[in-house]
Amino acid sequence: MLTRAERQRGYAGGGLVFAGIVVFIALAVFALLSFNSGESDRPFFDAYVWRILRFTLLQAGLSTLLSVALALPVALALARQPNFPGRIWIIRLMAVPMGLPVLIGALGLIGIWGRTGVLNSALATIGLSEPVSIYGLSGILIAHVFFNLPLACRLLLAGLERLPPDYWRLSASLGLPARSIFRFVEWPAVKPLLAGITGLVFMLCATSFTLVLVLGGGPAATTLEVAIYQSLRFDFDPGRAISLALLQIAVTATILALMALLPTPKNDSAATGRAARRFDGSDLGMRVWDGTIVILAVAFLCLPLISIALAGIRADLVRLLTSAIFWKAAWTSLWIAFLAGVISLTAATAIINARAAIADARGPGITARGFSTLLASLSSLVLLVPPVVIGTGWFLLLRPYGDVASFAPLLVVMINAMTALPFVMRVMAPAFATHRQRTARQAANLGIFGFARLRLIDLPVLISPIATALSFAMALSLGDLGAVALFGSEELVTLPWLVYSRLGSYRTADADGLAFILAILCLALTVAGTAGHRVGKDGQQ
Amino acid sequence: MRMTNTLLAAAMAAVFSVVLPAHAQEKKTLTVYTYESFVAEWGPGPKVKAAFEATCDCKVNFVAVADGVALLTRLKLEGAGAKADVALGLDTNLVKEAIDTGLFEKSGVDTAKLTVPGGYRDDIFVPYDYGHFAVVYDTQTVKNPPKSLKELVEGDPSQKIVIEDPRTSTPGLGLLLWVKSVYGDKAPEAWSQLKKRVLTVTPGWSEAYGMFTKGEVPMVLSYTTSPAYHMVEEKTDRYQAASFEEGHYIQIEVAGLLKNAPNRELAQQFLSFMVTPAFQDEIATTNWMMPAAPTEKPLPEAFDKLAKPAKTFLMDPARVAKNRRAWIDEWLAAMSVN
Repeated sequence: MLTRAERQRGYAGGGLVFAGIVVFIALAVFALLSFNSGESDRPFFDAYVWRILRFTLLQAGLSTLLSVALALPVALALARQPNFPGRIWIIRLMAVPMGLPVLIGALGLIGIWGRTGVLNSALATIGLSEPVSIYGLSGILIAHVFFNLPLACRLLLAGLERLPPDYWRLSASLGLPARSIFRFVEWPAVKPLLAGITGLVFMLCATSFTLVLVLGGGPAATTLEVAIYQSLRFDFDPGRAISLALLQIAVTATILALMALLPTPKNDSAATGRAARRFDGSDLGMRVWDGTIVILAVAFLCLPLISIALAGIRADLVRLLTSAIFWKAAWTSLWIAFLAGVISLTAATAIINARAAIADARGPGITARGFSTLLASLSSLVLLVPPVVIGTGWFLLLRPYGDVASFAPLLVVMINAMTALPFVMRVMAPAFATHRQRTARQAANLGIFGFARLRLIDLPVLISPIATALSFAMALSLGDLGAVALFGSEELVTLPWLVYSRLGSYRTADADGLAFILAILCLALTVAGTAGHRVGKDGQQ
Repeated sequence: MRMTNTLLAAAMAAVFSVVLPAHAQEKKTLTVYTYESFVAEWGPGPKVKAAFEATCDCKVNFVAVADGVALLTRLKLEGAGAKADVALGLDTNLVKEAIDTGLFEKSGVDTAKLTVPGGYRDDIFVPYDYGHFAVVYDTQTVKNPPKSLKELVEGDPSQKIVIEDPRTSTPGLGLLLWVKSVYGDKAPEAWSQLKKRVLTVTPGWSEAYGMFTKGEVPMVLSYTTSPAYHMVEEKTDRYQAASFEEGHYIQIEVAGLLKNAPNRELAQQFLSFMVTPAFQDEIATTNWMMPAAPTEKPLPEAFDKLAKPAKTFLMDPARVAKNRRAWIDEWLAAMSVN
């Protein structure tokens, strides 16, 4: 139920964002390919590439399966127990792993699961001398679940919380058993989200690099991302790097497309129509079950974070917090994160509106529907484009026009915005869709359009997903080293860069301290993000 | 603090521009491409910058990238258009590739007085410091450290070491060449035996050393000079480097003059300055490497306690460049077998 003008604006915005992303990536690739780096005599698809491709898919597949399968019961339990002690803080803590530099997260995990970690030390005291070794596939899986379970859980929980409160009231009055609630209420709410979440987690695990090497136990554990990094950084063979990146994108896109073919109900059936009902989870057995699940998840998530915090507190925090370089880095990190977040949200809104406009059109043609699908896939697949490729490509493009150092901040913002897009989409798209279904007709009937509609109808409800999405995007950008490392500009010192520079010159304690501060910063962002969330929920009720 | 410095500098600039207007504007700027830890607040950068600026009537501008490899990549990307006068921070394994770019020319610096072991000589690049790769161990857990590479390879598999990946890091490549130098054609067998002691292979030095200092693993591939940091800065001799009978592979860090240097003379002046005590005195306790030329100040006592390799391995850079890929494939094959 959009006006003609709204539809046209939707198409235009979507087209603009689409063209922007495509041009941004294509120019970088083009610049790299046209750069003459000397002969490359290495055959492309050799046994080595084949082997790492298989390993990439294996570890990513298993990691995704575990992360999402384990996230589901946690999300259900948290949704069922709205009065669980410390619930809001559990949800907030789930944002922290995302904002941590990967190496710090890995060291935190090693502090718990490692040879000399808490677990093995505990086992040793009860007489088990042979330590449990996490190095190998098991370590990679643990690490990927640590980083991705919270992400999947938050997205699933958001889906469950979007269900109208009437559902739960009704289900309570009907006295439905838990299994029926799952079948008729929870599963239909969660199911349409699964494909998107699974795809996102799969891409994150497929492109994992540091975790796979550090915890993999040897070069048998190598992902395509390692080979891309190697060919661009160490061998400087741009052609090979791009071929590998294309292989990575093609294979992952095929897998995501196959997943999309699996039968999933249409978005619209998820939230409206069917009357559903909920038991309140106050029954003792259910409370014990939910409590156990949540406590296990919290322990798994928090122990490494505690180990990071303990290491961080031991650092000379006063000295770190009073150093000029820290404030400079914190300021740079924050404004980069904020700008990247805002750009990402804007692009996501444009994509969502364009897709809505196409869906709303009476009998959209094959081109329109194709474009809608293309927009959706593009907004996911950007995650697979290695930042090192974009960064190096743009370095080459911009160099003739002046000092690259002065362009670097803008470039980092753009790359971070692009990387955050798939996350932002996962948070905003379902919320926007639900909201549109609930309000589109009434708004059209009442003749409320444009700014008035935005202020009276959209913002009060959508402010919550928008705030969550912004905090997601910012946390992601805060912890990211990727793009910054390429340019080596003195004006572009970020917090993760400081952490790595301390680690690179024996100053592990300083790095621990800075990482701890970074984690606190992420937590603060999420507190801001979830504060909006509460307001939003009240607004809905 | 930076703010006050800037203000102070601005105030001084204002004063001097009144007193010496012409002079202040003519000051040349020397651009040095280097790596990040060189210019860090605790690195040698700030001190050598001040020392050189005191003699040259110029300004030194550091442009710092992540590491030596990134430095070479940056130069390749920029080609002849680079604004750099000097590239500081390549190492011996990158020298061949750097020369092949055709971007460098002879330094004109007299390197006769240098004290670098292994007899490295080059009329293009100026060595400014060096370090031998070594297995650094935790004395609290390792009571009988390996005395040779052979003992490391054949030792107790339950006593673990963490090493770096030769595909992504220079120390990793260093160990690869070290094993190759000692074992030659038998290197694959040595690797498949050493594999049992390797806890994991990290992408870079930072990850490996972080795991080591967190107590996760009792041995790590690092440098003979690493214990000096812990002794000087942390006042502990808990971490020591094992001295290997066969000898140690060396990493030499070098600087070079760019063909298209905008300030050629200044650049040459800086390269000559790099082998004088004013520069060399700073290296040991800021870069944690051995100075490549005589110093004026004696090194801290801790440096006397470091492992002193009896023999130094260094392969011809051209040979490394030619065989690197084949040797890495060999390593991959040996390390990937279960």
